[in-house]
Amino acid sequence: MHPAPSVIAFTTLSGLGFGLLAFLGIGLPPVTGWVAFVFFFLGYALAVGGLLASVAHLANPKNAIKAFSQWRSSWLSREGIVAVFALLVMTVFAIALIFFGVRLRLVGLIGALLCLGTVFTTSMIYTQLKTVPRWNMWTTPPVFILHALGGGALLAGQPRLAAVLLASLGALMVWAWIVGDEKGRAGSTMETATGLGHIGKVRLLEPPHSGENYLLKEMAYQVGRKHAFKLRLIAFGLGIVLPVLLMLLLPVTHTTALVAILAHLVGIFAGRWLFFAEAEHVQALYYGR
Amino acid sequence: MTTLPQSTEKKLGLVIDLDTCVGCHACVVSCKEWNTSNYGAPLSDIDAYGAEPHGTFLNRVHSFEAQPESGCSQTVHFPKSCLHCEDAPCVTVCPTGASYKREEDGIVLVNEDDCMGCGLCAWACPYGARELDEIFGVMKKCTLCVDRIYNENIPEEDRIPSCVRTCPSNARHFGDLSNPESNVSKLVAARGGMDLMPELGTKPVNKYLPPRLKDQPSDAALEPQHNDAKGLFAWLDKALENI
Ligand code: SF4
Ligand code: SF4
Repeated sequence: MHPAPSVIAFTTLSGLGFGLLAFLGIGLPPVTGWVAFVFFFLGYALAVGGLLASVAHLANPKNAIKAFSQWRSSWLSREGIVAVFALLVMTVFAIALIFFGVRLRLVGLIGALLCLGTVFTTSMIYTQLKTVPRWNMWTTPPVFILHALGGGALLAGQPRLAAVLLASLGALMVWAWIVGDEKGRAGSTMETATGLGHIGKVRLLEPPHSGENYLLKEMAYQVGRKHAFKLRLIAFGLGIVLPVLLMLLLPVTHTTALVAILAHLVGIFAGRWLFFAEAEHVQALYYGR
Repeated sequence: MTTLPQSTEKKLGLVIDLDTCVGCHACVVSCKEWNTSNYGAPLSDIDAYGAEPHGTFLNRVHSFEAQPESGCSQTVHFPKSCLHCEDAPCVTVCPTGASYKREEDGIVLVNEDDCMGCGLCAWACPYGARELDEIFGVMKKCTLCVDRIYNENIPEEDRIPSCVRTCPSNARHFGDLSNPESNVSKLVAARGGMDLMPELGTKPVNKYLPPRLKDQPSDAALEPQHNDAKGLFAWLDKALENI
């Protein structure tokens, strides 16, 4: 699948933002006043910035408001609604905390759950697609949620928790890579796509058009696959191993925290890029790709 | 509403005969001509006369080669457009309600006034049957010529999809696949009409008729017919060998 920068930015940044907001909602770290303001500002900037990046991905954004209407069937619609609720509830919690020094525990808890709900609904947009077998796995939602929680814990200054969450994320990511590689296109082949398997092995003789088109650009992206191994190393090394070691072995200072966060960011960008670039869509079979 | 109807009154669709399609692309051209000037936004072309022409099409013809264990390969021309699936994943993923399946005849359509161009429906379709228009930013797909088949302003013989009307080798058939007595249902029954990628559970309405298997030349036909030449030919054979 085409790794659109807007979608990569959206899923990673908003994931981190909602992760941080979720921790703030349950009182980690127990900040108030201006310090709280800074933390909430960061959380909102990431979450809302990510959501805005996703709007940049739309070809006809003037109808974006209609995306709140189909929650009965569409995960994308549900995501929009849950995100708005999460941001609203967290705003109530943040205002009470920052300006009145009051911690509305229940509101915070509900807000935290809605933040995780947003990340979950995002992940389901990908998980639901049978056409992309590498996404259509039980591992996708927990990977997204652990991404948000692990990164959120780093930002919230919770070194032990961050280490545990990131380590679990790392294990699950590796597992998803292995299973995803084995799964391939989950049994769909050029033979099932064309129904010509009863004659023999099928190959593309002539594509339907000589140039590129939307389908090839969007769903037959091939550049990523040859660098997959290196990118996996980067994603795992910088996104997981380095921050975990820093959090566990060194005294946590602003510098170590900053290095850990930056390394983690680079790592998850690489990982998320790969999440798209490596994912094969069954329709590319009609193009022999 | 992007939930699917429980059932539809009719199942209008196409039956495509892979045995007779000659891969002439006439259906591609006629589809583009009709649909760029009728339902919804035009089908844009980009760099049409330049080095990298590309654009939106609702129907495309691939050509495949199937190679049996032994003997000659078989070339199959393969037109592909929306299959108007009964269990259409493209409809349920749509967040805006733009994509829908009609209860009366099962046609899957996009209401372009609601589409926000997110492209998720194209991701959900296994068949590559939806293309996001690069200029108009809305999702385009086969409408089964909904603006022809019920159109009383055009002659009756034209009230079928443009591709079916055009096909010079009669490889495309249109009708109600829910009615076992319809021409298309009979064709499907007689010729073993099949679903594409049935493993994905989309239950396509459109069916493909598999190509008939080619004759295998018998080995006897390839044996030399005259080993024992006589008379003039025997002399010629000898003379030529001695040169
Ligand atoms: S062929 Fe694709 S676009 Fe058409 S109904 Fe089926 S899933 Fe939807
Ligand atoms: S591109 Fe348009 S029709 Fe397709 S899912 Fe998005 S809003 Fe719906």
